[in-house]
Amino acid sequence: MSVRVRIPTPLRRFTAGSEEVGVSGGTIAGVVEDLERKHPGIKERLCDEQGRVRRFVNIYVNGDDIRFLNSLDTTVKDGDEVAIVPAIAGG
Amino acid sequence: MEAASQASALPDTPAGWPERADSILDLVGNTPLIEINRLRQGVSPRVRILAKLEGFNPGGSVKDRPAVWMVRDGLRSGKLRPGKTILDSTSGNTGIALALAGAVLGYPVELVMPANVSIERKKIVGAYGAKVTFSDPLEGSDGAIRLCRTLLAANPEQYFKPDQYFNPVNPLAHYESTGPEIWAATHGTVTHFIAGIGTGGTIMGTGRYLKERNPAVQIIAVEPDDAWHGLEGLKHMASSIVPGIYHEEQLDRKISAATDAAYETVYRLGSEEGLVVGQSAGAAMSAALQVARELDAGVIVVIFPDFGDRYLSTSLWVGWRDWRERGQKTGVGEAC
Repeated sequence: MSVRVRIPTPLRRFTAGSEEVGVSGGTIAGVVEDLERKHPGIKERLCDEQGRVRRFVNIYVNGDDIRFLNSLDTTVKDGDEVAIVPAIAGG
Repeated sequence: MEAASQASALPDTPAGWPERADSILDLVGNTPLIEINRLRQGVSPRVRILAKLEGFNPGGSVKDRPAVWMVRDGLRSGKLRPGKTILDSTSGNTGIALALAGAVLGYPVELVMPANVSIERKKIVGAYGAKVTFSDPLEGSDGAIRLCRTLLAANPEQYFKPDQYFNPVNPLAHYESTGPEIWAATHGTVTHFIAGIGTGGTIMGTGRYLKERNPAVQIIAVEPDDAWHGLEGLKHMASSIVPGIYHEEQLDRKISAATDAAYETVYRLGSEEGLVVGQSAGAAMSAALQVARELDAGVIVVIFPDFGDRYLSTSLWVGWRDWRERGQKTGVGEAC
């Protein structure tokens, strides 16, 4: 079981510079947990102290915003692409 | 004192809007200052907070100023001439402003934007007839900068690149317009000037003008508190390609803005002041409040770069009611 997760530039320090990592999951919540196991520290950047996705964090599954799916309960399957997209800075 | 004599030679009162304009570009600038009356808990009654509403520019943002200045400078210098296409990378507002200027002046415009710019922005630049090339959203605006450089290198003769991050005419626009407008509107009483850093053009140009008028004016820049933030339009300098026009040593102070505080300030500005603005305005306002609470007396001018209608589809507003009702089961943001 492997889901591809695309990592934005500001978070690549957690993935040793990798733009894409493979994780297991079943749901986005599972993906986040597996990301944290493999790349400690990254969950805190994605979720707040109450464990909810930070409101400015944009997570897409195959191009669809999880806000409009089932948030952290959104299911993912083998071969899906999850993208963590940053805000747009400057000018 | 050469700088001071230059400043004193400038007019106190900007030209103002013409009674009848030949071009929409003639309506760029001369935006109003508005008193913040309610969102000022803990602020001394002798401190005034005045917001400059740049959303009143024809293209809807502060970026109309540098865009029009840079395009007109290109025409004057001959770098922009018939047959050329205007090309630049942008997070949105500069692109909208360049698209507007190109439409009015009859020049094609090509923009490089991260693919995740809001749908409102994509539609506006399309309405002005500009062509957009989207860069990898995961690379952010620095990715757009790099892709734009590649496009330019492939066809250097085809393009005029205003190069907002490195063109000194960007801050010059603010030196010649935003600064004098603030000086005139406050009758020279401004004590603190606060603006976010996007390219740095606003804070550098306006700051230079105000310092020349009164060296005691405090120039305070606002930037995101972390490389990983949700403040669209603002740059976290330590983790970004630093614009050539940005000179941190000319600032009196920098304030870090947290995304959540900025968003909350946006919501409060809407419901308490009747000002629905973008997240960069929320960040600037939260910094203005921080400064205001430190003062016994003063006149703070803070830049609100745009209004909020072009962010309604973004994380600023999607799900915001749920965030305000934390603790309730909402379906958004359930625990990891």
